[in-house]
Amino acid sequence: MLNANTLAIAYLISASLFILGLKGLTHPSTARRGNYLAMFGMGLAIVATLFNPVVQNYSLIFAGLVIGAVIGIVVALKIDMKAMPQLVAAFHSLVGLTAVLVAIGTFTEHAASGLVDGVMLVELGIGSFIGAITFTGSLIAFGKLQGILSGNPIVFKGQHLLNLVLGLATLVLVIQFSQNSSITTLILITVIALALGFLLIIPIGGADMPVVVSMLNSYSGWAAAATGFTLQNNALIVTGALVGFSGAILSFIMCRAMNRSFISVILGGFGGSDDEESTAMQAANQGVKSAAVEDLAFMIENANRLIIVPGYGMAVAQAQHALKELTDILDEKGIEIKFAIHPVAGRMPGHMNVLLAESDIPYDHVVEMDEINPEFSTTDVALVVGANDVTNPAAKTDKSSPIYGMPILDVEKAKYVFVIKRSMRPGYSGIENLLYFRDNCSMVFGDAKEVCEALAAELKNS
Amino acid sequence: MTETITASGMSPAVVALFIFVLACFIGYYVIWGVTPSLHTPLISLTNAISGIIIVGAILVTGSEGATSLEQGLGFIAVMLASINIFGGFAVTQRMLSMFRKKEK
Repeated sequence: MLNANTLAIAYLISASLFILGLKGLTHPSTARRGNYLAMFGMGLAIVATLFNPVVQNYSLIFAGLVIGAVIGIVVALKIDMKAMPQLVAAFHSLVGLTAVLVAIGTFTEHAASGLVDGVMLVELGIGSFIGAITFTGSLIAFGKLQGILSGNPIVFKGQHLLNLVLGLATLVLVIQFSQNSSITTLILITVIALALGFLLIIPIGGADMPVVVSMLNSYSGWAAAATGFTLQNNALIVTGALVGFSGAILSFIMCRAMNRSFISVILGGFGGSDDEESTAMQAANQGVKSAAVEDLAFMIENANRLIIVPGYGMAVAQAQHALKELTDILDEKGIEIKFAIHPVAGRMPGHMNVLLAESDIPYDHVVEMDEINPEFSTTDVALVVGANDVTNPAAKTDKSSPIYGMPILDVEKAKYVFVIKRSMRPGYSGIENLLYFRDNCSMVFGDAKEVCEALAAELKNS
Repeated sequence: MTETITASGMSPAVVALFIFVLACFIGYYVIWGVTPSLHTPLISLTNAISGIIIVGAILVTGSEGATSLEQGLGFIAVMLASINIFGGFAVTQRMLSMFRKKEK
């Protein structure tokens, strides 16, 4: 059995290992070591806790650990990389539910031994509240990402007022709970928070999912931190703060990349799923040039450099493997190929990077927006694969456009631009992409995967 | 709860707040340093380490005086957090092993 000080030192070491682990993600070459350090930190924290003199009964703990480990590892190894956003959302919901269960369990145990005071009750209430919001919020996000629920925002009248009322009610209940110390009040707080989690995420559209995923990541951290306050456990407090800030910073980066305020994302209603057909765009069809795969192959053959701009459409069509083949062929021919990544491309931060890495495209070919933008003007061919709004020059020129001010990839500055697209349907923001009407832009209509495969075959034979 | 006053005279809640705020600063600086290409692994890694909440779950489950209801709640909590920890680290590892440099 370990005494309180030894335990505290063990937790201090784990927390330090977590910090070093996250620090490892500064660069892909140190990232794996970072993950190992974090694993080691977690192992240490668990073992130390098992030696806490409070812990008397081990069988259920080991059973839970083993069952969880088996489920977790099997899921992690089987999951398709394209389902990563949903998996992360599902994992977040588990942290949320755990926080709720721990808060309720801790409350009943401490109340039975008369060990509760007002401060602790407030902490318990907050812990259960954040946990419950994280739980249902993540479930909704999971449903939207998995396609069980529609990606369209669900908005109704008085929605925000209802959220506000529920939020205020919770505040009152937490204060009440700190005085009456009644399990009913705690459960009531939890139930309201479950409803709030649901209500907060349903109005948010599919395209804002990178923000939602980051935000729920943040909540799961705050839930852990709140539990840490209750248990006076510094490992939980520090880890919770790290995770909470990580998610918050990612949300900020995503909002900045869309030039939207966090509030406007939370209020929701922006952007639907990808299956909306627009007639406005069909009319605008004239005036857009289209090109065949052979034309595109010919242009690439004679180019100095090709920059590919992948977007969510690439993920949907699973075109990344064809792009890997293309990369290999161009590498062989000595034509430079790069991938330009917009921060909000895809459904979660870094989504495109993972998919490209999965198909074995070396990460030194993959370049972030700020770094690649100056290179477009000296590039012969830019190829847009399933990206839309992030290439729209209207964000720079059209003050009336809803995406005005959003940082974009300067695709239009390339000598020739080709866009692979299934139809003339607009992107999630529902607005026309002015890029398509530029003189240097041609559309290659078709499924991203099929076009890329045909392109690779064409270039191989030439 | 019996308020043990530390030598500095701070209550445990204030000590906890102190640690929390400083940890927020560490989080701020460390996370800004993460390369954008690893943002998905960052989310899955932070997800795995937020499984640290298992500490609370273990204490609830293993407490000497835990009723069978509390043990049941605790058991589920341990299991869920464990899914998070093992699943989170494993999936992070899987993703990170895909990030390769060009073979020379």
